[in-house]
Amino acid sequence: MFSTSDILETVNMVEREHLDIRTITMGLSLLSCIRDSAQHTAEAVYDLICRRAEHLVDVGEALAKEYGIPIVNKRISVTPASLVCAPFVGEELTIARALDRAAHTTGVDFLGGYSALVHKGMTSYERSFIESIPEVLATTDILCSSVNVGSTRAGINMDAVRLLGEVIKETAARTADRDGFGCAKLVAFCNAVEDNPFMAGAFHGVGEGECVINVGVSGPGVVCSALKHADGADLATVAEIIKKTAFKITRAGQLIASEASRRLGAEFGIVDLSLAPTPAVGDSVARILETMGLETVGTHGTTAALAILNDAVKKGGTMASSRVGGLSGAFIPVSEDEGMIEAAAKGSLTLEKLEAMTAVCSVGIDMVAVPGDTSAATISAMIADEAAIGMVNNKTTAVRVIPVPGKGVGDTVEFGGLLGSAPIMPVNPASSEIFIRRGGKIPAPIHGNKN
Amino acid sequence: MKAIVTVIGNDKPGIIAAVSAMLAEASINIEDISQTILQGSFTMIMMVNTEGSAMTMSDLSDACRTLGERIGVTIRAQQQDIFRAMHEI
Repeated sequence: MFSTSDILETVNMVEREHLDIRTITMGLSLLSCIRDSAQHTAEAVYDLICRRAEHLVDVGEALAKEYGIPIVNKRISVTPASLVCAPFVGEELTIARALDRAAHTTGVDFLGGYSALVHKGMTSYERSFIESIPEVLATTDILCSSVNVGSTRAGINMDAVRLLGEVIKETAARTADRDGFGCAKLVAFCNAVEDNPFMAGAFHGVGEGECVINVGVSGPGVVCSALKHADGADLATVAEIIKKTAFKITRAGQLIASEASRRLGAEFGIVDLSLAPTPAVGDSVARILETMGLETVGTHGTTAALAILNDAVKKGGTMASSRVGGLSGAFIPVSEDEGMIEAAAKGSLTLEKLEAMTAVCSVGIDMVAVPGDTSAATISAMIADEAAIGMVNNKTTAVRVIPVPGKGVGDTVEFGGLLGSAPIMPVNPASSEIFIRRGGKIPAPIHGNKN
Repeated sequence: MKAIVTVIGNDKPGIIAAVSAMLAEASINIEDISQTILQGSFTMIMMVNTEGSAMTMSDLSDACRTLGERIGVTIRAQQQDIFRAMHEI
């Protein structure tokens, strides 16, 4: 029998500290769906997703009830769609609509994988695919897109970076009536991982199996609450508390992942140990950093505090799970984190500080709203900066930025739900145009050549 | 299948009777029970065994929530595996 305190600790984590499983994501290979026409391929894609993911939502809901832990999202990730669309240049939308329709039919929250991997080079069909993204995101509903533009091994494809700046601007323009919402479904990556269960960047890598279950845990509120009992403790003790808490959270994820895989007849992929915030009070990564002793997130010391958090989460989580993967660390989206929103609104959190933080966290500049008149070149340059941090530090980095049409610094944009709200953050007004226009490749760093 | 039922709320007469009656009606055996007042709240923890009951774990979870709403306390039923996973190495 477990001790009363153990049982009540778990109950309390769920009731008061927002412990949840953030997502069960089913990864599906679509490579077997390519047919003689875009229409036939779209039909095969739709059928395969609906067949394999038929019970995903039901199983997720049953597990939440039986184990007493909310499972917030049920999602699907698929093979990068640029590969499935390769023979059908100009007809990408047919397949995109089938993906979106399948997501609705299965009842999932999001489907990720309208993606292309162009870190080393961009084929003509991949260029066409990337150019289709604005229309796809404007005319579909819950389909998410990502593009990998760099890696430690290959360097950064600056032609793709340049194109993506334009794609993000066009996506914002095409969804201007929803404050550029389309951009919230589009991520630019460096060192993208193939088993990420989180949106908008999830896709099912070509090295993966046919049908895989990946689970993303969460629980920033639980970590924050544990640290509140550690007033005056030194930072090694703080790291230890985070590790122990991450262990417990991840064990819950491991249990749900293995049980979900068994019931769905799918391979158990990975548990992603990420601390993913929501806009709800008490579910914030920023507040963890402040609990460590910072007056507000964004001030001096924030990068160091985040480094402690990210590392301790990985260490505790790795001990708890047989298969760790995905992004695994701390997420620092602005609009999705109540503490980050407040800090950005009062000016203590700037884009420059966010960029520094991405060098030590598990992803990058995420859900940041910038003025609508930000140029495509500036957005490309932001992507290049982030990709450079990822490339040199051998880690995943990403940019999910929304140039909100018609809005400027001082305005706030509301996306609603888990996507939250974001104050428009100022960008550096000086031009990066000529640098971005050069194009070509940024060579891989010497330590990328490990063989 | 073993489950942990937790009951938390303001103390009043009849809580144990109501929970026990619901479990008995579903042929669910109570294997262990402890109860205390924690920070002013009535707190009861039961280990139950659903073997021999027609009730699924999902149904038990629903039944507990419904009963809790009726008698004004929070009642949760969770598979014991979740506690084992989180608190045992």
